[in-house]
Amino acid sequence: MDLSTTYMGLKLKNPLVPSASPLSQSVDTVKAMEDAGAAAVVVYSLFEEQITHESGELDHYLSYHLDSNAEAASYFPEQEIFHLTPYEYLDHIADLKKAVDIPIIGSLNGVSAGGWIKYAQNIEQAGADAIELNVYYIPTNQLTSGSEIETIYVDVLKEVKKNVKIPVAIKLSPFFSSMSNMAQKLDHAGADALVLFNRFYQPDFDLDKLDVVPNLVLSTNWEMRLPLRWVAILHGNIKANLALTSGVHNHTDVIKSMMAGADVAMICSELLTNGVGRITNILTKMNNWMEEKEYASVSLMKGSMSQKSIAEPAAFERANYMKMLQSYKTLI
Amino acid sequence: MERKKITIDGNEAAAHVAYRVSEVIAIYPITPSSTMGELSDAWSAKKLKNIWGTVPSVTEMQSEGGAAGALHGALQTGALTTTFTASQGLFLMIPNMYKIAGELTPAVFHVSARSIAAAALSIFGDHSDVMATRQTGFGMIASNSVQEAMDTAAIVHKATLESRIPFVHFFDGFRTSAEVMKMEELTDDDIRAMIDDEKVKEFKDRALSPEHPFIRGTAQNPDVYFQGREAVNKFYDACPDIVQKAMDKFAQITGRQYHLFDYYGAPDAKRVVILMGSGAEAAEETVEYLAQKMEEKVGIIKVRLYRPFSAKHLLEAFPKSVERITVLDRTKEPGSLGEPLYLDVVTAISEAMSSNNPPFSKMPKIVGGRYGLSSKEFTPAMVKAVFDNMKNSEPKNHFTVGINDDVTFTSLDYDVNFMTEGPEVVRCLFYGLGADGTVGANKNSIKIIGEETENYAQGYFVYDSKKSGSTTVSHLRFGKRPIRSTYLIQTAKFVGCHTFGLLEKFDVLGNIEEGGTFLLNSPYGTNETWNQMPIRVQQQIIDKKLNFYVIDGYAVANKTGMGSRVNTIMQTCFFAISGILPKDEAIEQIKKSIKKTYGAKGEEIVKKNYEAVDQTLAHLFKIEVPAKVTSSIEIPAIVSSKAPEFVRATLSKMLEGKGDDVKVSEMPTDGTFPSATTKWEKRNIALEVPAWDSEWCIQCGKCAMVCPHAAIRIKVYDKKFIDTKPATFKWMEAKGKEFPEGYAYTIQTAVEDCTGCEMCVEVCPAKNKKETKFKALNMVPQIPIREQERNNFEYFLELPELDRRLINTAVIKAQQLQEPLFEFSGACSGCGETPYVKLVSQLFGDRSVIANATGCSSIYGGNLPTTPWAINKEGRGPAWSNSLFEDNAEFGMGMRLSIDKQNEFAKELLTDLSQEIGKELVDSILNAVQKDETGIYEQRERVDELKKNLGNIKSKDAAKLLEVADYLVKKSVWIIGGDGWAYDIGYGGLDHVIASGKNVNILVLDTEVYSNTGGQMSKSTSYGAVAKFAAAGKTTAKKDLAMMAMTYGNVYVAKVAMGANDAQTLRAFLEAEAYDGPSIIIAYSHCIAHGINMAKGMESQKLAVDSGHWPLFRYNPLNVLDGKNPLKLDSKAPKIKLEEYIYNETRYKMLTKSHPQEAKHLLELGQAEVLKKWEFYEQMAEMKVSNDGEKEDN
Repeated sequence: MDLSTTYMGLKLKNPLVPSASPLSQSVDTVKAMEDAGAAAVVVYSLFEEQITHESGELDHYLSYHLDSNAEAASYFPEQEIFHLTPYEYLDHIADLKKAVDIPIIGSLNGVSAGGWIKYAQNIEQAGADAIELNVYYIPTNQLTSGSEIETIYVDVLKEVKKNVKIPVAIKLSPFFSSMSNMAQKLDHAGADALVLFNRFYQPDFDLDKLDVVPNLVLSTNWEMRLPLRWVAILHGNIKANLALTSGVHNHTDVIKSMMAGADVAMICSELLTNGVGRITNILTKMNNWMEEKEYASVSLMKGSMSQKSIAEPAAFERANYMKMLQSYKTLI
Repeated sequence: MERKKITIDGNEAAAHVAYRVSEVIAIYPITPSSTMGELSDAWSAKKLKNIWGTVPSVTEMQSEGGAAGALHGALQTGALTTTFTASQGLFLMIPNMYKIAGELTPAVFHVSARSIAAAALSIFGDHSDVMATRQTGFGMIASNSVQEAMDTAAIVHKATLESRIPFVHFFDGFRTSAEVMKMEELTDDDIRAMIDDEKVKEFKDRALSPEHPFIRGTAQNPDVYFQGREAVNKFYDACPDIVQKAMDKFAQITGRQYHLFDYYGAPDAKRVVILMGSGAEAAEETVEYLAQKMEEKVGIIKVRLYRPFSAKHLLEAFPKSVERITVLDRTKEPGSLGEPLYLDVVTAISEAMSSNNPPFSKMPKIVGGRYGLSSKEFTPAMVKAVFDNMKNSEPKNHFTVGINDDVTFTSLDYDVNFMTEGPEVVRCLFYGLGADGTVGANKNSIKIIGEETENYAQGYFVYDSKKSGSTTVSHLRFGKRPIRSTYLIQTAKFVGCHTFGLLEKFDVLGNIEEGGTFLLNSPYGTNETWNQMPIRVQQQIIDKKLNFYVIDGYAVANKTGMGSRVNTIMQTCFFAISGILPKDEAIEQIKKSIKKTYGAKGEEIVKKNYEAVDQTLAHLFKIEVPAKVTSSIEIPAIVSSKAPEFVRATLSKMLEGKGDDVKVSEMPTDGTFPSATTKWEKRNIALEVPAWDSEWCIQCGKCAMVCPHAAIRIKVYDKKFIDTKPATFKWMEAKGKEFPEGYAYTIQTAVEDCTGCEMCVEVCPAKNKKETKFKALNMVPQIPIREQERNNFEYFLELPELDRRLINTAVIKAQQLQEPLFEFSGACSGCGETPYVKLVSQLFGDRSVIANATGCSSIYGGNLPTTPWAINKEGRGPAWSNSLFEDNAEFGMGMRLSIDKQNEFAKELLTDLSQEIGKELVDSILNAVQKDETGIYEQRERVDELKKNLGNIKSKDAAKLLEVADYLVKKSVWIIGGDGWAYDIGYGGLDHVIASGKNVNILVLDTEVYSNTGGQMSKSTSYGAVAKFAAAGKTTAKKDLAMMAMTYGNVYVAKVAMGANDAQTLRAFLEAEAYDGPSIIIAYSHCIAHGINMAKGMESQKLAVDSGHWPLFRYNPLNVLDGKNPLKLDSKAPKIKLEEYIYNETRYKMLTKSHPQEAKHLLELGQAEVLKKWEFYEQMAEMKVSNDGEKEDN
């Protein structure tokens, strides 16, 4: 059975790629993912805020009370060097490259076209095989138009592409007015892959404290419907590869992703919940399913149920919505 | 050979050599010497090697006594060993000094000489400490400048090895130890060339070794002890020549020649002053001026080798022409015939003059005087006064100079306008806030000028004694000639004021020269600034024809992400205006120093600073000075006219920065000062203060409880007072059964005393239900409400306090109505210690006596000008005192013994006088139960009645009883201090006191680090925390002081953290005080040395508890009587990982950045320790006990 696929020019032994998560903070865990069968790993994100704020925060707390008092000119011993997160991240990429043979994809999470972008170059120098840009942006400013937001994405991508030679994927939110148009713009800007979609962690309210609190909810495979639809719509219409992420939990989810037209399926919540050993399990079952259904290769199924390939392209459009409502009525 | 020119302070200069010629360094932090130990530790951590190619081992001990002991042991076993100390620390080394000297052991103690604690503690410089060691047998050698601190260190380390006499090498605390000066650095080769390895070998050959055993340290009897003491004489006789030879050798290497006594002045001088230390530099500068410009026949002798005192070398140093001699001592020996150097010189000359070969044709007239105690200024004007005194036919002897002694008239008058410095020295003054980085920037400027130009340069920095909102004054000099001006700048060509508000606090332009340059950081912009300036400042600018520049540094700082730190911005302005360097070169150098200062912390912070520099010049403007004053802004009065006479007359001078003008007659003779004086110092340092929104207030009292400065207060009062309230005074209905029905409730902020820490707002649990971003307390700008809230607070203070008998102290909501008797201290904004201290003052302040260990709490509790321990309307309040650092538990126990004895005596007299007084009253006093406010109130009433009765009884016993009658009312003894005291230096005493069974209450303010001296590790520091002397994280666990105390079984022990459980804290304080035996409360105190957002300090406390790092519990021995386990855990099993707590704090987090592997390892150890400890406590708390305290078998 041939499970191999190609993603951003990287030859992968199968289409299952663990997405950016705390799991990749440990070299041993990444090694375990490789052993379990992961085709590549997207490393946890280096955040723009870490790059721009960590240095300032450290300086603030170490310096704020300097030379304020006759008895204590300082409160901390001088340190020769601080291994700040960006540098740690780069070291980690290098360590991962030494430890595993599968491709390592670095991840940069930010939103402005600032100095943090140069870290893409550093990630490349550290040995990463590709970069995934995660533009996590909540547009709350009423004066910012949709096209301005689109420009932010395109500019960040162009800036990174300009500075590195390795392939660059861009992870997107589903909230564009015209996703197809946006995909095309990014395609033209040089994206090697689009990763669909980012899950926005939605804050919750603490009613006792009347506070807004972060609340991490892991995905369920119900959530893959949205990216599934858009992968299916975009497949064959853009040059960039497609990665489906959000809601991939089992082998059928991976198979569906491929059939929609994704080049890889990215997995996270399932591994956080049930451990990296699940990768082996999913791949085995996928293999069995393909055997049973007589699919000789992943490439055979890739895009087979994309909008271009199915009999009723409208199934991914408004018509499908009407069909849904009608079936609901029938149930009542 | 051209040597590197560096710009460093005296501490670094001495440590530079000491480190390189040592194998073992044993230290303990004490101001102003701590830096030497810290640098040594840092160098050792960096693996910097000594001249023999090995890295010295640096160890922090539990006290200076411990350091001396360790040093003695290290020396005895053949390691070249040194230490650094000062003041009381040196005192603790004295017993070992006799031993080390008695055993003829080469060693050098480097001492930044400091005042001793007598009527008051002082951290500043004089020779009182070193003079207390002159009898130990140690040699003593003085350095007068930063260069000399390095040079002399090299000389004395050589001399000690060759003479076998151990030495104290001293230089003046602060004036030399902290002065930053351009100097020539000794290379390792220079130092190597000084040290004779053969002598090192001889030293090592004398070491204790089982390979060739002997014993040293015998006990001797009357038959031989005396002879043994005399056996060392030849070594002392030989020592001066050995030191001189070492000086000569040093001169060969470096070209700088020193002598045991160096004469400077006219070769035919008739009047000569003898002195040692930094004052000699100012004296030399004055002599040069007097000799050259006024043609006076004067000179000075600088004493370098003070012990062994070589009369021969002294006499050789004098010009034969000398007729009059003044010996100046920077110390005081009350009751002596004269101070030590004076007596030595008199003896030396008298003995010589009475010999067969007198050195002078006629006995010179010799007088002595004292100067410069506690870094008191010693200026050329004072030096001139000393020389002028010798012109008198009967010069004043045993005089003082630099003060106005209007009591015993010892002081010399001097002409304050006499100055010796000319235009060849550029002098600059900078006024700033501690928090704005002014001093740091000026240190960098001095380095740039010193190291990048041909100029000599000097920097000296003056701080006030506050820990929050502190102000700094930087004194910078530079010029083409070496600078010997060891005194503050008297006239400046350039003045920078980095905070607009300081224009009202200081006479910023009082010392600027005519035509000078004034740079002001103003938030008002170029057009508005002039109008916002006080009349005085406008007048000075006009009168002195100043060049006036303005920049809105805060705007530039904000724009470039620098927050409130205007340091690099103001530094750039200084270089741009002063023209010391070409503009581009200056900017390049500033950027270079930014890179050096901030580089380790990441590129982003460097970039921000660069950005600030680049944007500065576009915002710097020269102001066209109007011809006339236009302002109507007067400088506000320093203190209110309502303040007591002592505050208005004396303390106000100190507050104004004119404390030098306080006369001797104005000072208390015995260190006794009135309580409650902080309330007269309205500091107005908060930009924002909390404002109360009564609509949402739930009257929980938490805000008042956590306020570190007692600036937020609560009162419940009769509604009749609402009729006369100021218009903006807020109130609401008092709610709940804790308050009298129908009363009003007010939370009031003392906006002029608040430091703006925001802790009250952070803990306020009551949110505005319409807009949840607001609470019942919200921060608002202070200035717009200052006037109205000043009036409101005054009205609030006038409202009657609720009768203490009506307050349920077990409930915070009610307890917080108790008046704080610890208010407006100088503690850090958001201090984690003071809320506990204040709680003691509220609960027991009207009957407490407090022993306070030296440290943060003694500084914010007792540092002049004003002090926070207060008095209630009945005239009662905490009686507070500080003895030492190491003896506080014993000090407090002494208070207990004293009070108990007097109570016992009073009861005895009462019984004896029962007939005369009346049996009923006597019995009621003797049998009084004083367990609560009512009991104490009633006993006070009885004692008042007793006193009235005693007035009518004419007997000696009645008079005696009147003296001690107040002791019949319960007194609460509190022993307060930090972890440095309780865990380390004072632990032996603390252990003894809790073992004594006496009724004392010990409060340990545990910041897990030596906070006052700048964050050195204590035994309370935890695994993985970074502290000084633990740069790579502490590798051992925190000492469990509570567990140790519990092992006695009869000690009440509590571990509390107000931010985690305030009710438990309150319960612990009440139980501890009620317990008739020793009690100890260990209180988690967040601190600036933790590197946290202090506004969220209480949140840090909660995390500490939730992680299990700081379990809450109370161990009450009384529970055993009821058959209960004495230990009650008040917090739950760890519910968050240790890392969730510790990585919220820079002290831990920085280790993950500086030593990632160690951090990981220590986190694992720390986490394991937490779980192990918790399990242990849990088991202990679950044990069944019988009522005799034994564990039951079941």
